[in-house]
Parts: sequence; structure tokens; C-alpha cells
Amino acid sequence: MIELNHVTKIYPGAAQPAVDSVSLTVPEGEICVFIGPSGCGKTTLMRLINRLIPLTSGSISVNGQDIMSLDPIELRRHIGYAIQQVGLFPHMSVRDNIATVPKLLGWTKAKIDERVNELLGLVNLDAREFRDRYPRQLSGGQAQRIGVARAMAANPPIMLMDEPFGAIDPINREVLQDEFLRIQEKMKKTIIFVTHDINEAIKMGQRIALLNEGRLVQAGPPDTLLKRPANEFAKSFVGADRVLKRLNLLRVKDAMILNPVHCLDEDPSAKVLEQMINNDLAFLIVADRDLRLRGYVNQYDLRGHKGVVADVVRKLTLTVSPERNLKEALSQMLSYDLGILVAVDKEGRIQGMLNSTTLSALVGSTYDERGGHWGRITAAGRIL
Amino acid sequence: MKREGRGGNYLTMLAVILAFALGVEAQRRGYLNFVRQNPGDIYRLLIQHLQLVFISGSIAVALGLTIGIVLTRGFIRRYREMTLNMLGVCQTVPSLAVIAIAMTYLGIGRKTAIFALVVYSLLPIIRNTVAGIFQVDPALVDAGHGMGMTSRQVLFKVEIPNAMYIILTGIRTAIVINVGTAAMSFLVGGGGLGDLIFSGLAMVDAGLMLAGALPTACLAILLNWSFERLENLIISPGIPRGE
Repeated sequence: MIELNHVTKIYPGAAQPAVDSVSLTVPEGEICVFIGPSGCGKTTLMRLINRLIPLTSGSISVNGQDIMSLDPIELRRHIGYAIQQVGLFPHMSVRDNIATVPKLLGWTKAKIDERVNELLGLVNLDAREFRDRYPRQLSGGQAQRIGVARAMAANPPIMLMDEPFGAIDPINREVLQDEFLRIQEKMKKTIIFVTHDINEAIKMGQRIALLNEGRLVQAGPPDTLLKRPANEFAKSFVGADRVLKRLNLLRVKDAMILNPVHCLDEDPSAKVLEQMINNDLAFLIVADRDLRLRGYVNQYDLRGHKGVVADVVRKLTLTVSPERNLKEALSQMLSYDLGILVAVDKEGRIQGMLNSTTLSALVGSTYDERGGHWGRITAAGRIL
Repeated sequence: MKREGRGGNYLTMLAVILAFALGVEAQRRGYLNFVRQNPGDIYRLLIQHLQLVFISGSIAVALGLTIGIVLTRGFIRRYREMTLNMLGVCQTVPSLAVIAIAMTYLGIGRKTAIFALVVYSLLPIIRNTVAGIFQVDPALVDAGHGMGMTSRQVLFKVEIPNAMYIILTGIRTAIVINVGTAAMSFLVGGGGLGDLIFSGLAMVDAGLMLAGALPTACLAILLNWSFERLENLIISPGIPRGE
């Protein structure tokens, strides 16, 4: 846990403070993203925590201990540190680079070698191929991976990362972000992550601290920042498309209608048609007894049909898992021109359903669908 | 590290043929008579010369590295441009002037010669040490500090290894120039191969002059070559060479 209490930094001769009375708590095991425009003090604030920059006033405690009461060298050896320029030592092999802090801590050679291999595996690099390479023989992405591995070498409970993926092309950055989140899932470290990229912040952070001109503008979960920006600055910083960004944070299961209106494939067509007319439904989802999705029917299919719905059901091939994020689901809906998207589990059982009304209600729009077809489907259960 | 290709081989061959031709010509004119008749003298002066170079060189390396490192520490670091410019200006003072100035204060003798040689070799060493440490990427220093290295560890484990190529180039330059400058210590009674060169000049005796000049030149080339080998041993293969 990291606690900042009225942290202030004034550089000698500067007119205004670089960091101005920031108070913030980062709970154990969470990634807290410091974000803001350049010069907002986010990097300064991060460097105050491992005492690379001396504090002017206020206090910082790390795992309950005031950092001013600790030896700065000892403190830094127990806080992982990764920077945008990576800063791998060119004269050392990958192995020696990763071993930097363990060596400072006096680990045995055997223990270091074992740890190096373990870390290389963790960041998806083949230990045998990479451990004896020099940094100049690595690509940008590989170097960043080693940089992260080096920061984690002595298994520090806390890590400071200053735009660790900043110097990488967008595609590789995505890959590294995903890998890092996967590692964090296991490691559960307390991480301060500095970036100026709002999308990265939303993706990486359980908590985002937005800074401007040295002051803390807003701190909270990414969803809150997007849903309720504290002021005009926050609103313009998160961007006009903040609604769409929220879709990235939400999953299909957060938005779907549970138990959507449907009929069973064994229901008689005539009765279903009657109900559809009564409820002004043009289309209806069809399921079997176990609630597995069979497809859909429209009024035209059922008109004059004597048998059961199963005989006239149309296939509905495109479905989505409740665990997918909403942005991908919406994108699927748009690209296949579907009015609805049915969420099914692995066995094909209907879990819920998305339509444009539920999406727009969720993201806060007051879009009113008139005379709609799929839009009328509500949480009503079986129609008969 | 095989850098020279075919072109290098041809050049070497050409140099050997040229040297052989010159040797034949020198022999024909009788320039080599002195060498054949006084090998002992040449050997004695060569040893003297080597002593001058090694004593002054060692002192210059030790002093130059220390001063160079001090110039990159603490508050002096802020005056980096000024430091480098000042060192550059000092470098333009001719070696003969340094020896002359040293003599006015210390009189004549070997000590004066060594003193002047140390002063003159110091500059390239300090200059390259300072320049080498300054060109180390600040991100490396930041990473070092951020991971909990002490300032001393950052200096010895990060800054110096990464500045090593430039530092060693400075030392090599200093030592090679030193070999030539050491010939002038004859002028203040310091001995060395300069004895033969300057006596030869004074007596218009090409044989005598060559007996001093040839070993001096060979010594400079040999030392330069050994330093290059040494660099390959000392500098990490991770650091790109040259420019």
C-alpha cells in the first residue's frame, strides 16, 4: 500500500509547485495510473515515492512506513523501477541486466540464474536464446520486456513504471500491455503506472489519478472518470468519445437483458403468432427446452403455419459470450447489421441479449425507439 | 574482430615493400653503420625512453582518470561545456612550450622531463574521461539510481564501463603522443632516444638521427597496436565501437 499525504514538491527557484498537495492512497495489489498532460507533475510525483527527488513537504508512506525514515538506497532496492527509455545497461548481458538488483542484495549465483530464467519465461522470451544477448541485439519490444523483468527481479512488492511501453509501436504495445496484465494477475503487485495515454490508463488502471499543473484533479476507478468527469478539464482530457471508451470497460454481461422474451421450438406456431401480434413483436427468439438458442422467427414465417415453431425457425449464427467487452460486441452488431446480439454460454444456452436500446440506456443516451421490432424485446421471459 | 579486408592486406604488403626499399637505400648510403656499430647505446637509450614513457604515462593515467571523474561529479557537473572547452584550449599549447615552462621551474634532469610529459599527457586523458562520462545516456544513470545503486556503484558499474571506449582512446592517444614528446626530454637532460635524434640533427648525421627516429616511430606504432588489442579485451562486446 502506498499513501500520499499532502505531498508537495517545489523545485528551487520555481514559481509554482511541480506537485501541489496531492493526497492519494493506492491499495495493495492494485495498479494506480498517474495520468495528465506533459508537465503536470506525474513523473515527479512517481519519483518522489522512491526518493529520487526529495520531498518539499507532506509525507509518503510505503506499506505503513514513512519513506523519510528509511535509507533511500535500501528503499529503492525494494521498489521495482522501469522507465520509458528502458535504460538497459548496454555493457551487460540480458542476464546481468536482470540480475542488477539481486546482485546488489547479495543473492547467490545459483539463485540469480534460476530467477533470471524464471523471469525470462514470464515475459515470454526464451531463456536460452536471450540470456547471453546484449541489449543492442534486442528489438524495442524485447528490450521493454527485459526492462520489466529487471524491475521485477528481486520480487519487489511495489513497482514504479514510467511509461514503460511508451516507446513501442501501437501493435506491440497492446501485446505488452496484455502480457503485463496477465503477469499482474498472478503477481498482485502494488503498481504506480505513469502514462499520458488515456486509453492505456483505462486499460491498465484499477484506479486513475488525473493530474494537472501539479494538482490532483480526480482519482477513482476508470469507469467513474469516464462517467462523471469532475470538471471541464477532466472532461476534455478523457475525450469526447468517453462514452465509447466506457464500452471497453464493460462486459456483455453488465449490459445484457437477462431472460429475454422468447418462445420454445415446440410451441405451436399459431399461438406464438397471436402473442407476437398482441405484443407488437415482428421477431422472436426461439430456444429449446434447455434454453439453448435455436434461432428466430418473424411474423411472416408463422402466418398460416400449422405445426410447431421448430419447423420454420431461422438460424441466428452470430452470438457473443457474456465475458466479451461491449465495444467488441457493438462492433460485431454494427459490422453484421444485426439489431440484436444474443449472449450464450459455452453450451449454447441463452444467457441474455443485447440490443441498441440496452446499449444506449447503459451509456446514458436517451434514444427512444419507436415502432421497433427487436427493440420491444424486454425482460419478460417466455412469451406463452 | 577482423575489420581490415583485402584492402588492408594490400596496404600492409605495400608498406613492407616500401620499408624494405627504404632500408636498402639507407644501407647503400651507409646510414645504418651507426646502428650496426653501437647496438648497446641504442638499447640503453631505448630503455631510458621506455622508462620515461611508462613512468609519466602511469602517473598521467592515474591522475587524469581521477581528475576527469572529479570534474563530472556534483556541482562541477553543471559547468560541463566550460570544462570541455577549457580542456580543449589547454590541449593547443605546444609540447615544447610545456617542457620549456617546466624547465624554468624545476631546472634540468629526468624529473623535469617526466613532469612535463605527465602534464602534457594529462590533457587528452582528462578530456576523454570527462567527455566519455558525459556522453553516457542519462537514462542509464537514472535506472541505476532508481534500482538502488549507490553513487559509487553507478560510477563504477554504469558510467565508467559505458565511457570506457572513449576513455581508453584518450589514454592511447596520450601514450602514443608521449612516445614522440619523450624524445624532447633530451633538451632538458632527461635522456632517451632524443639523444640520438637531436645529436644527429646538430651534426647533420642522418645515420645517427635515424638510429633514434626509427626505434621511436616503431615504439609508437607498437604501443598503439597493443592498446587496440587491450581495448578489445577490456571493453564489453555489448558496446558498439568506433565512429
